[in-house]
Amino acid sequence: MIHIRQLHKSYHTESLSLHVLKGINLDIEAGEYVSVTGASGSGKSTLLNILGILDSYDQGDYHLNGSLIKNLSEKEAAVYRNEMIGFVFQSFNLINFKNALENVALPLYYKKVSRKKRNIIAMEHLDKMGLRDWSKHLPSELSGGQKQRVAIARAMIANPKVILADEPTGALDSTTTLEVMDVLTNLNREGITTIIVTHEQSVSDATNRIIHLKDGMIEYETRKNNGVHATIQPVNF
Amino acid sequence: MRDQFQEIFDTLKKNKLRTTLTGLSVSWGIFILIVLLGAGNGLKNGVMQNFSSRAVNSINLWSGTTSMPHNGLKSGRQLAFTENEVDAINNQVEESRLITARYNTSQTISYESEYGSYGLRGVMPNYLDIEKLLIHPGDGRFINELDMKEKNKVIVLDQKIAEVLFKNEQPLGKQVKVGQVMFKVVGINAKKEQYGGSNAYIPFSTAQAIYNPRRKFWQITFTVDGLTTKTENDRFNESLRGMMGQRLNFNPEDQQALYIYNAQSEYVETIKIFGGITFFVTIIGILTLIAGIVGVSNIMLVSVKERTREIGIRKAIGATPLSILKTIIMESIFITTIFGYMGMLMGIGLTELVNFFMVQTANGKPVTDEPQMSIFTNPTVDIGYAIFATVVLIFAGVIAGYLPARKAVRVQPIEAMRQE
Repeated sequence: MIHIRQLHKSYHTESLSLHVLKGINLDIEAGEYVSVTGASGSGKSTLLNILGILDSYDQGDYHLNGSLIKNLSEKEAAVYRNEMIGFVFQSFNLINFKNALENVALPLYYKKVSRKKRNIIAMEHLDKMGLRDWSKHLPSELSGGQKQRVAIARAMIANPKVILADEPTGALDSTTTLEVMDVLTNLNREGITTIIVTHEQSVSDATNRIIHLKDGMIEYETRKNNGVHATIQPVNF
Repeated sequence: MRDQFQEIFDTLKKNKLRTTLTGLSVSWGIFILIVLLGAGNGLKNGVMQNFSSRAVNSINLWSGTTSMPHNGLKSGRQLAFTENEVDAINNQVEESRLITARYNTSQTISYESEYGSYGLRGVMPNYLDIEKLLIHPGDGRFINELDMKEKNKVIVLDQKIAEVLFKNEQPLGKQVKVGQVMFKVVGINAKKEQYGGSNAYIPFSTAQAIYNPRRKFWQITFTVDGLTTKTENDRFNESLRGMMGQRLNFNPEDQQALYIYNAQSEYVETIKIFGGITFFVTIIGILTLIAGIVGVSNIMLVSVKERTREIGIRKAIGATPLSILKTIIMESIFITTIFGYMGMLMGIGLTELVNFFMVQTANGKPVTDEPQMSIFTNPTVDIGYAIFATVVLIFAGVIAGYLPARKAVRVQPIEAMRQE
């Protein structure tokens, strides 16, 4: 599903340039349940943004579902995001003047699905998240866990191939964290490739594969074996 | 397309404050502009109407009393015109066009048991055009050349006199008694004098024969052509004074011997002032429009800035930059059009309302001898200007929405979403 070769990314400001990703090699197959961890500044958010085609990269190749994602126009990037990727963010990023149902339905608006049809589909997804009764509520009237579930419903509505979650539980307490992780785990079981960036041990432990980043490189990764993670290999040669 | 409108409408509805503020600044700009232009136009129309009540190029001459000795004649002589002066002006003054001698007197005019004392004016046929009398179709005719030649005893009455003497009867063709002589009514004049009372008009030749045995009179009115500047008019007045001085034997320096009222030179002056007023109103209008544009641009700028995060979210879930740009621009067109139209309607509404009440007040007044003067008439705006101003503001709104939106759309979604 995702194939990355020698990926480099630098940020340039007026006074200094920062080499954030220093040659990442990564393969994620369809249906995998992956978390990316690392200290802040290790480049995990940058990697996720590149994976989500929200940001560009300087060197290397990135193939998503067989397509080379490189030097895309804004429009092409938008189409890929719409077709392939569902985002879940730490700060939910719901549109505050739209109610839960309208927020969930929005990606279908950009896919030119009719209003009636997309509202029906959105309601199904909300229902799946247990939020049918909250469909007319504005984000400001929802709890953090509810907001994140609305955001997940929105990420799912366009039937993406990959779910990218950036610290999805960062703004939640431990109970709601479990709740949201259950939702993401269940989605993965339905066959969706799920990638979560997190620095929380409990979150990464729930996934089947943990990729540790350090200073812009993959330090090592672990896979779940009989429900337990163990170190397999240091990656960067 | 319908879905797109729905989305835009939804966004506007759910951001009422933003929508209202933007809208009001557009409405207010247009409203003020139209009211202002209306006031300017009202002033202009008012003054113009006062002018149009007589020929703007008319010159009035009144003979006076000399105040200087001249050619061995002492001062204090009362001067008067004869028909020779009329011929002289007609034949020797190149610029003169229509001319009438005027013999004014006052007579009792009666019909059966009704009577009244009115001004009686012996005038020539040209008087109709010079003073712009108004004889409606079906109200007869004015004095003509044949009347002049035959010294016909015909009379044209002001409407007020006709109403007093004839009540509901048809006056045309009836005989009225003027002093001791019977005249046939041939026409009714509907134009009211700005100053003074009602008058009746008879042929000048008849007036001379019946009421003026000395055949002297004191006023001549004529129109001129080809005098456009104040200097030209002043020079013309001077030469006229010189010519009359020779004919009537007075010192051309003697201001009291001859009064000249040159409406043309007044007109030229007023037109000049008017240019000033128009210029002033235009400047204020342009400034108001600019203020409106700045207001709209500012709000658009702020609103797009405020929406950077929303734009980022929309991009992340698959909106193309073009679609976002299109939405924002259509929103601004929608707001500026609707509210601009409302402001235009309100502005036009107000000016028309003021006009309506002014017309009502004028019509409500009974027919009086009071001067029909108004400095403010028809304060309405040409619809073209109103539409033009609205279109300019809409255009400004679009540009003002487009520029920051283009920038906002270029921002990476992650950065946009980080903005709280």
